[in-house]
Amino acid sequence: MHIGPVVVIDPGHGGTDTGARGTTLVEKDVVLQVAKILRAELERLGYRAVMTRNDDSNPSYEDRAALVNAYRDAIFVSLHVSSTGVTGDTRAYFYQFPVPFQAADASLSSEPVKQSFRGAIPWEEAQRPFSDQSRRLANLVQIELAHRFPQSPNAPTPAAVRNLRSVAAPAAAVEISSVSVSDPIALTSLSGLLAASVARGIAAFRPATPPVTSQP
Amino acid sequence: MPRDLKIALGILTVAVLVGLISLRGLHQRMQGLAESQSSEEKARREVLAPEIKTPTDAPQGARIYWGAGQDRVTSTTVELALSADPVERGKQVLQALIANTPSPEQRTIPADAELLAFYILPDGTAIADFSDALSSETPSGIESEQLVVDSISRTLENNVATVRRLKILIHGQEVETLAGHLDLTGFFDLNPPNAAPLAPAQSNPTPATNPPNASAPPKSKHPGSTAKPRPK
Repeated sequence: MHIGPVVVIDPGHGGTDTGARGTTLVEKDVVLQVAKILRAELERLGYRAVMTRNDDSNPSYEDRAALVNAYRDAIFVSLHVSSTGVTGDTRAYFYQFPVPFQAADASLSSEPVKQSFRGAIPWEEAQRPFSDQSRRLANLVQIELAHRFPQSPNAPTPAAVRNLRSVAAPAAAVEISSVSVSDPIALTSLSGLLAASVARGIAAFRPATPPVTSQP
Repeated sequence: MPRDLKIALGILTVAVLVGLISLRGLHQRMQGLAESQSSEEKARREVLAPEIKTPTDAPQGARIYWGAGQDRVTSTTVELALSADPVERGKQVLQALIANTPSPEQRTIPADAELLAFYILPDGTAIADFSDALSSETPSGIESEQLVVDSISRTLENNVATVRRLKILIHGQEVETLAGHLDLTGFFDLNPPNAAPLAPAQSNPTPATNPPNASAPPKSKHPGSTAKPRPK
């Protein structure tokens, strides 16, 4: 029985949406393989792991977000493979929203800057209140990735990754290079290491077992 | 050495020589094909995207951002005749970004992509409408898609002082992602280095910098927005 935090694993793409395509590999298959290994690793650590897809289906972005948003205090990780780059270069991303817009002519600002916003948060900006937590999650995942994949940078990258935008929870995307490898084994053999690194990053962000506090 | 072995070795040597000669010929033919493709592309571009000339054009050093490795862009100063009108100037630098790429390795925008329309709304929102090729021929991936947006954003903000944010359309429409990953439903921040400080609020909005070309406006995510593209 899993009592730890829920981690929603999102293997990108699926179905007719193959994602990045190499000569023999397609992104949707590689990420599903990594996701299954990551799920097993997280369950071993005491998390409850849920996947946005377990087969070659292609849930919409909103369906993927709805799954994680239905849980309280969940964590969302979206997995991707690029079509370019050095094999094994692995990066964690967090969604960066633009700063509240102020037009060159202030009278034309379409988004008035409000310090105390009390209305509903637009669905397309569900991730905005979690920006800081997501940055921290991506940072901890990137530290683990850089430790195991020397080609990778030390810091996470801000990017407007679509899978993250409607997620009302700490969320990060992870992308490994690339489906364009000449030997598919060179990439698929990294699946276990990638899954272990992501799991360790998640564990650093929110441990599966809360620290025991001493009773008075 | 037995006679059969000598014959076999002779045949093998001839086969290797023929193979090498054929390989060289094949390589030359491939090169020729690539060159002809490049010249075809150039000819097509000259027909489809003629050079933008305006009465206020003056030779200047434009900072165009092309790829420098897989994950970053860097500026190259190119001497271009740039218009004083921000919209025409925006078109000119984006055209240069697509057409004047110094080398294939530095290319960020697919060679077949075309800038269909470019206009600036009164609030400083730049709308860049590209052909389908931008979406269909950009390598799929967060990093590669980000590189495309970075090259467009940085080229615009370093050459057009009046832009504040960027909206990218594909064939006049808002699309969910560029090539499967990067969100194109929102706007991208632009921070021109020589931007004028924000003006105090005025009661009368100023007119559009330049009326937009005939292209669908982006779906507004901001109900308060009054900026609407106007037909030319």
